[in-house]
Amino acid sequence: MSEQNQPLILVVDDYQDAREMYAEYLQFSGFRVAEARNGNEAVEQAFALKPDLILMDLSLPGMDGWEATRRLKADERTSQIPIVALTGHALAGASEGAKKAGCDSFVTKPCLPDDLVIEVRRMLGAARHV
Amino acid sequence: MRCAQASLEWLGRWVGIRRSVCLVVNAESSRLVGLAGHGVKSEDVELFSCSMADDSDPLVMALSRPQPTSFRSARGNGHAAGVPPVTPLGVTGPFVAYPVRGARTPEQAHGLLLVRTGADAHPDFAWLASVLGHKMEQIRGRGSLAEELRRLRRERALFYTIINSVTDPILLTDTEGRLIVANARAERLFASTEEDNEGRRRAVELNNMLFSAALSRSVVDAPAEARELLLVDPSDGSDLLFEVLSSTVEDPREGTGIVSVLRNITDLRRATEQIEENYQKVRVAEAAARAERDRLNLIIDSVADPIIVTDPGGATVLMNAPAEELFTVAVEAPPSAQRYVQANDAHFSSFISGLLLGESGPGEVRRGEIALANPNTGDPIPVEAIAGKVTTETGELTAVVTILHDRREAIDRARLFDQLQVASAELQMRVQSATAELATQNELLRRQAIELEQASRLKSQFLANMSHEFRTPLNAILGYTHMLLQGVAGELLPNVKRQLTRIDSNGRHLLTIINEILDITRIEAGKMPMQIVEFDLNELVPEVMAELDPVISRSKLSVRPRLAEHPPVVQSDRQKVKQIVVNLLSNALKFTHQGSIEVAVALNRAERAAAISVTDTGIGIAREHHERIFEDFRQVDDSPSRQYGGTGLGLAICRRLANALGGRITLRSEIGEGSTFTLMIPMDALQ
Repeated sequence: MSEQNQPLILVVDDYQDAREMYAEYLQFSGFRVAEARNGNEAVEQAFALKPDLILMDLSLPGMDGWEATRRLKADERTSQIPIVALTGHALAGASEGAKKAGCDSFVTKPCLPDDLVIEVRRMLGAARHV
Repeated sequence: MRCAQASLEWLGRWVGIRRSVCLVVNAESSRLVGLAGHGVKSEDVELFSCSMADDSDPLVMALSRPQPTSFRSARGNGHAAGVPPVTPLGVTGPFVAYPVRGARTPEQAHGLLLVRTGADAHPDFAWLASVLGHKMEQIRGRGSLAEELRRLRRERALFYTIINSVTDPILLTDTEGRLIVANARAERLFASTEEDNEGRRRAVELNNMLFSAALSRSVVDAPAEARELLLVDPSDGSDLLFEVLSSTVEDPREGTGIVSVLRNITDLRRATEQIEENYQKVRVAEAAARAERDRLNLIIDSVADPIIVTDPGGATVLMNAPAEELFTVAVEAPPSAQRYVQANDAHFSSFISGLLLGESGPGEVRRGEIALANPNTGDPIPVEAIAGKVTTETGELTAVVTILHDRREAIDRARLFDQLQVASAELQMRVQSATAELATQNELLRRQAIELEQASRLKSQFLANMSHEFRTPLNAILGYTHMLLQGVAGELLPNVKRQLTRIDSNGRHLLTIINEILDITRIEAGKMPMQIVEFDLNELVPEVMAELDPVISRSKLSVRPRLAEHPPVVQSDRQKVKQIVVNLLSNALKFTHQGSIEVAVALNRAERAAAISVTDTGIGIAREHHERIFEDFRQVDDSPSRQYGGTGLGLAICRRLANALGGRITLRSEIGEGSTFTLMIPMDALQ
């Protein structure tokens, strides 16, 4: 499998340790990875790179994950890209809010890199079937 | 006169008396006059006339003698007293004078028969004298008859006038009741004429019959007694009542007759009846009045309040039984009672005198309070007296009626009412203060509730934030540890791998604690949404065992499911039920070192409940710790050096979750006897 053919995953997280950790493990697992530190960067990167999947932390400085998701899902250029929400907020309602904003899946932190990769593969498989 | 002449001639012819003279007494002139003569010149007859007043005249004397008088020497023409006038009868011849008498009045001679004879007594002379006497009497009688008739007529008229003027009917009847004489009143009742109408004639007829019947009875029964007789008024047919008084009269010529006097007592009877009727009315009225009075007495006696009626003088006329208890006393009663009665009487009298002395008016009512006393006990009886005047139509005072109303009850009531009011006011004040206090408390509570709510919200927010803040670094720790263990950085030395594993397991424990705290926070904040679905509890048990399979495998304990016979389908939150059972089973595994664990499912359809119980053969829990182990962060052994790990939040969360599902968790355990934790949930959590 050539490097160009690997799915591109956009990891959006303002917490550098977590972002780089997931990015490193996704690369270790064979994915191409792009990173964004906030909502604005996420939207810009998404328009520019057209990733195959976006891992979106919801609590972000500036434009938050919910708003960024709404924008991306509202734009036809990016509306087809699956978005997996990542959040440390385990309180009820967090996942509901994420789904309402347009997220296709929801993962609660702490999430082991291994589990995350499993979820990413599942979502990509589902998208490919569609 | 003719008769006398004929008699004298008869005498001359048959006895041979040649000369005779008849003298007659003229009552009007009171003279003895010559009536007729035989053998004597008529003028000579006159010679014998003389005055009756001359008692010495032998002829007058002869009149009054019962026997014939013989005259020896003739008298001249009326000369020489004591010498009879012989001349007309013969100068020498003697003559006899026979008094002529009638049968009715033999004592008085009507005249004299002078006969010229020598013989003193010839029977024919006496006979002729008597015949002449009879005749003369007849003639004389006839002479006064007309007068007598006139007199009789007058008397008869008078008689009729008298009896007609009597207003009562008077009748003379024979013994057979036939009418002989009747006055006008009687005739109206008993006589009718042809002109009268038939009704009247019949009435008269009826009256006659009734009268005859009454008369015959009266004569037979009691002649002198007055009898009542009902007759008919022929003029109008009305009844007339009479009282009949009859008396029998004997008349030699007419025979026995009956005089009846009828007194009209119709009006009298009517008046009597009227009186009788009035009397009856009076009797009835009196009886009614008596009954009325009796009833009135009964009424006033039945009135509980004393009633006293006094006359204008203040004397008691009437009192009812309750009044008698106050104002009368038995003679044998103790002196104290006598005194109380006297005192009562005095109080009452002074009250009444105030009314009697005051202005008199029919509507006047006097009210007052009198302090009386019970004569038997001396207990004071304050009464309210209400006295009213009873007056006649003319305004004259006839009586005073006084009603005494016992005021003890009213006073008692007033006292109780006052007490009640005081109590009520006090109560009201208390209620007001309590209400105010309550309001203050409520306000405080409300503020506290708000503060608590705020605190709770802040706490939840804080915990949520803290959880997030915990997770973020923990996420990196666990993630990198995991990456290293996965060999991202190449092969690891065994000791490094063991050390990384320690980091991983402690990190996971920390995550568990954080998650459990978060669970409690969510449950307490009510932010644990229920997702009620229908599921089979029998299916849940293998899932739970599968989840804990690594632990079960490590423990070497026998874990057996015991499922319900019928599929125990319930409506509940599947995930939460599972969480509880996982927790219970993991506890059982943790505290059991040998033996077995049984996970049983049962349905109690009667109580519409399901039960999942986890029974172990573990260390058991002392009874005093049965409650404690459900508290937050608690284990039986709280010491820092405790043998068993865990957060101490597991059962606290289980209990909270069970409550949230409408169920509960029960424990049956003894030290060393193992434990049985049972989750009971309703088959339908929505109900």
